[in-house]
Amino acid sequence: MTTADTDRLRADEVLDRARSENRAALIGYLPVGYPDLGRSIEAARILIDHGADMIELGLPYSDPVMDGAVIQQAASAALAGGTRTRHVLEAVEALSGRGAAIMVMSYWNPLLAYGPDSFARDLAAAGGAGAITPDLIPDEGADWIAASEEHGVDRVFLVAPSSPRDRLEHVASHTRGFVYAASTMGVTGTRASVSAATESLVERTRAAGAKNVCVGLGVSNGEQAAQVGAYADGVIVGSAFVRALIENEGADAAARAALAAVADDLRAGVERARTET
Amino acid sequence: MSSPDPERDSLQDVLLDLARPTTELRSETGPYFGDFGGRFLPEALVPALDELIEVYEKAIIDPEFTVELRRLATEYTGRPSLLSEAPRFSKLAGGARILLKREDLNHTGSHKINNVLGQALLTKRMGKTRLIAETGAGQHGVATATAAALFGLDCTIYMGGEDTERQALNVARMRLLGAEVVPVQQGSRTLKDAINEAFRDWVANVETTHYLLGTVAGPHPFPAMVRDFHRIIGEEARAQTLERVGRLPDAVVACVGGGSNAMGIFHAFLDDTDPVVRLVGCEAGGDGIASGRHSATLNGGSAGVLHGARSFVMQDEDGQTVESHSISAGLDYPSVGPEHAWLADIGRAEYRVVEDGPAMDAFALLSMTEGIMPAIESAHALAGALQLGRELGEDAVILVSLSGRGDKDVDTASTWFGLVGEEPARADLSVLRAAARETSAETAAPTHEESR
Repeated sequence: MTTADTDRLRADEVLDRARSENRAALIGYLPVGYPDLGRSIEAARILIDHGADMIELGLPYSDPVMDGAVIQQAASAALAGGTRTRHVLEAVEALSGRGAAIMVMSYWNPLLAYGPDSFARDLAAAGGAGAITPDLIPDEGADWIAASEEHGVDRVFLVAPSSPRDRLEHVASHTRGFVYAASTMGVTGTRASVSAATESLVERTRAAGAKNVCVGLGVSNGEQAAQVGAYADGVIVGSAFVRALIENEGADAAARAALAAVADDLRAGVERARTET
Repeated sequence: MSSPDPERDSLQDVLLDLARPTTELRSETGPYFGDFGGRFLPEALVPALDELIEVYEKAIIDPEFTVELRRLATEYTGRPSLLSEAPRFSKLAGGARILLKREDLNHTGSHKINNVLGQALLTKRMGKTRLIAETGAGQHGVATATAAALFGLDCTIYMGGEDTERQALNVARMRLLGAEVVPVQQGSRTLKDAINEAFRDWVANVETTHYLLGTVAGPHPFPAMVRDFHRIIGEEARAQTLERVGRLPDAVVACVGGGSNAMGIFHAFLDDTDPVVRLVGCEAGGDGIASGRHSATLNGGSAGVLHGARSFVMQDEDGQTVESHSISAGLDYPSVGPEHAWLADIGRAEYRVVEDGPAMDAFALLSMTEGIMPAIESAHALAGALQLGRELGEDAVILVSLSGRGDKDVDTASTWFGLVGEEPARADLSVLRAAARETSAETAAPTHEESR
């Protein structure tokens, strides 16, 4: 295995790779430290082995205003179990070099406490692609923009169905890697269907200048992945994986099998998205 | 319309003219107060905040809005609130003359109604039909439920599970007013978790729903806007003190959790710097800073981001929020409004720590010496005034924000002083009763002339 630095995959590299295969990328979210550090790393490896192009490692935070009940539960268990920011960087290091881009998803205050410049530096050194910051808008992100430029890591800002044209342009112009399009006005969690308005949000975001637009919130199965994968550059899935872990807590083999099954279903979804009609 | 010299204005003129030009420190309108403030929240909410800013800025220069706000203040809230002398309590404060700004006499029993009515009017202007709010002690929740009833709006109140237990009376009040009360069982089950849950609701329902944030924290425009709706506390009190005493007070004292009543009363005095009017915020010290069990963010926290603003936060070295503690649910919050962080930073205001014990003593002492039962939140300011009075001596005039009344706290106080139930008392009421009795020794009949 080569060092993290030479192997480091950026977000746009795996998105381009998927594009060359005429499909959307599959992006899987897992909180670091749930059920514990080792098993959260193992869970992410399973996702990669079962077709995830990119991993979002969640940095558990005490006040996750964008997360629904499932991810809140896992994140608070991870914090109660002693998960620290440095464990997230350890997880990045353990997972880089396996063919997937490794992103960190973090609320802003933990990165502020670490020091934005130090975090960007250590993230790059660990082989991480970049970070997604759900409660940081570009207007407040001068320090992070400077730090991510300096150390060559992606910075992913979000857009939502409520975003007007000028905000889409603002976000698109400050983003590196991809724009994260929230499919719905709400928090993370599985939903019965993905809103039809999501496709127009992706189109509007591209028209505002974004090259890559990935869709998250509410996608949990292959059927939804096929639907979203038809128009988005990446399909982001979180709660469905976390739920597989929660439902199989204490039963490692069952948890591994459940994760693999969810990932296989989603991967099949993004693979057939553009071939079906 | 408005004269440039606030000292020459009559009380009625200063009332609720939010567009009025202000002096140097008073002119800050956000989004930043020095290094603090801003908008640290999901992009999905940016359009709602932009809409709120636009509607607010239009409203404050619209005479109709001012007229309506004034009408509600006088006919519904009961403004102007009284300025009461506290002659026996003053004796306990080294003889300093303590003046109480009686926000406890407002409709619903605290200052919270000032902000709630303003934001409810804005909600109508935005065409929204539902209010959501967080509440700690329940005072803001009760005020919001009241405004929802008054304006015919749907209402959901988020309240930490622990707070619903220690403030059960206010839960019942909110439900009787027609609001849905949702106990929040996540995290520390207190105010910060209620705010998280309110933000989650807001993101999902922003088209129909206004988040009526109850303190001077949160993303811009809340810190400046909530302060402006509470500015009337200080503007009235400043005019009343000038009329009563013939000069400005030496110090203004208020409790600080998120800091809304304190910003409301401080604001009128920010530029009174020669001679200086000292602005003293009293943070909740809980069991003491050293114990780690407190809510004194400016004294025991550090700069960080929570709930949409950069301010001071109680956090560990990883930036995880540390749970706050206070006997007062309304002060039990691990951050503080960004304008307070700035005023502390530039040295214009000072922030002291008042632990549970002295606050509860002050709660009982004001009740026994003046027949006024304060909210435990406000009792922190009263304890600060007792301390400050002894420092400044009997020539001093100290204005205290009595932000709320104590009915809701009778259970807590009864337990604390061992008046009911099995739990051992934390403090001896008879000692306080003796101290209170001494103040009546040769008191001249108090002249409770009230300036109304």
